[in-house]
Amino acid sequence: MITITVIDREGETHKLEAPTDMNLNLMELCKAGELPVQGTCGGMALCSTCHCYIESEHELKEASTDEEDMLDQAFFVEDNSRLGCQIKLEEKIDGLVVRLAPEAE
Amino acid sequence: MIETDILIIGAGPCGLFTVFEAGLVKLRCHLIDALPQPGGQLSEIYPKKPIYDIPGIPEILAGDLVTDLMEQIKPFKPGFTLGERTETIEKIEDGRFKVVTNRGTVHIAPVIAIAGGLGCFEPRKPPIPNISDFEDKGIEYIIKDPELYRDKKIVIAGGGDSALDWTIFLAEVASEITLVHRRKGFRGAPDSVEKVMQLAENGRIQLLTEAQIVGVNGNGKLDNVVIKHKETGEQQKTTDHFIPLFGLSPKLGPIAEWGLNIDKNAIEVDTFDYRTNIEGIYAIGDINTYPGKLKLILCGFHEATLMVQSAWKKLNPDKKLTLKYTTVQGVNGFEE
Repeated sequence: MITITVIDREGETHKLEAPTDMNLNLMELCKAGELPVQGTCGGMALCSTCHCYIESEHELKEASTDEEDMLDQAFFVEDNSRLGCQIKLEEKIDGLVVRLAPEAE
Repeated sequence: MIETDILIIGAGPCGLFTVFEAGLVKLRCHLIDALPQPGGQLSEIYPKKPIYDIPGIPEILAGDLVTDLMEQIKPFKPGFTLGERTETIEKIEDGRFKVVTNRGTVHIAPVIAIAGGLGCFEPRKPPIPNISDFEDKGIEYIIKDPELYRDKKIVIAGGGDSALDWTIFLAEVASEITLVHRRKGFRGAPDSVEKVMQLAENGRIQLLTEAQIVGVNGNGKLDNVVIKHKETGEQQKTTDHFIPLFGLSPKLGPIAEWGLNIDKNAIEVDTFDYRTNIEGIYAIGDINTYPGKLKLILCGFHEATLMVQSAWKKLNPDKKLTLKYTTVQGVNGFEE
């Protein structure tokens, strides 16, 4: 089990426990934790409803071209922007802190 | 005016398959979709993605599944109203429904199947507070008539194919073009990217990367946009038009106004036959919700099948429907 901290759009902090052996991603974890993340495309990096900011110093795998392409169509994009669905829940991201990006209209 | 037996709102996989099941029991269908082509998300979002959970088909590209569904329903000659958004549904005197689109096309049917998926696809609007003040007053999300931009100053934002293609096309039309994109790299076809780079080098267009539009100003009509560059900060740019091209995203839209029971952007249905709270209106596929709901194409196909049986009974209250296998009966299409 690892622990991920998610700061929602109201600024509230949620500590979520996550298994690492179920091939889950951060978007799925947020949905399971009933946080307001839509995950419209189901995790294909084809929408930007799981857009979030990485707030801790973890070294994550670089975003793929698909992910960068999708971020082009998102708004409020910053240097630490990522799509939650592309972040695999694994040991090395234990303690990760992310903040949900504002929802575009 | 278009009349049919089952009017299907949404021409995604689930809506398309409804035509097949309806055809088997001799019911005719007509489909309405806001997108200009059938297939819904499969055509619009992920045509090149493989799908592995269609029973009996180990692997198929989403776009090919749509092509095959279109082939499968061909014998039943469905009608299509494409590129139009369903706006209103009302019950008329004879008990049927009157459905009108945003372009005023009128459809009449005794049964409606809402297979609206995630809703209708609409252009993504940049989250600039007063942007709606200038919509059609200098800001357009869709280019309808390129002549509108003849000898005008325009700013285009986005990094995909539509932003690149329109930049190239309008370079010949507009007096001045600025393309604004959030990073240095562009997605989109490599030769389009190269063309845009050339146009920038030759001074035909102004290319601003690592920048985004953060404000729009004007008085009654657009006068300038505020461009924020990653390093150099904010600058104002006088322009006649601003065209944000950030793709499409689905919105529930008018469906929420039809008096249906909605829970978290989905229509509540009875799993007996996927009926909604309004008699004669059904909801199938990703748009509906019920305990245990799974948003899978294969579940949508099942829902469509049961829904059609119920619709047939509603339309033929005195008759009994016996299940006929296609292996026995084949597929008997409509003559015209």
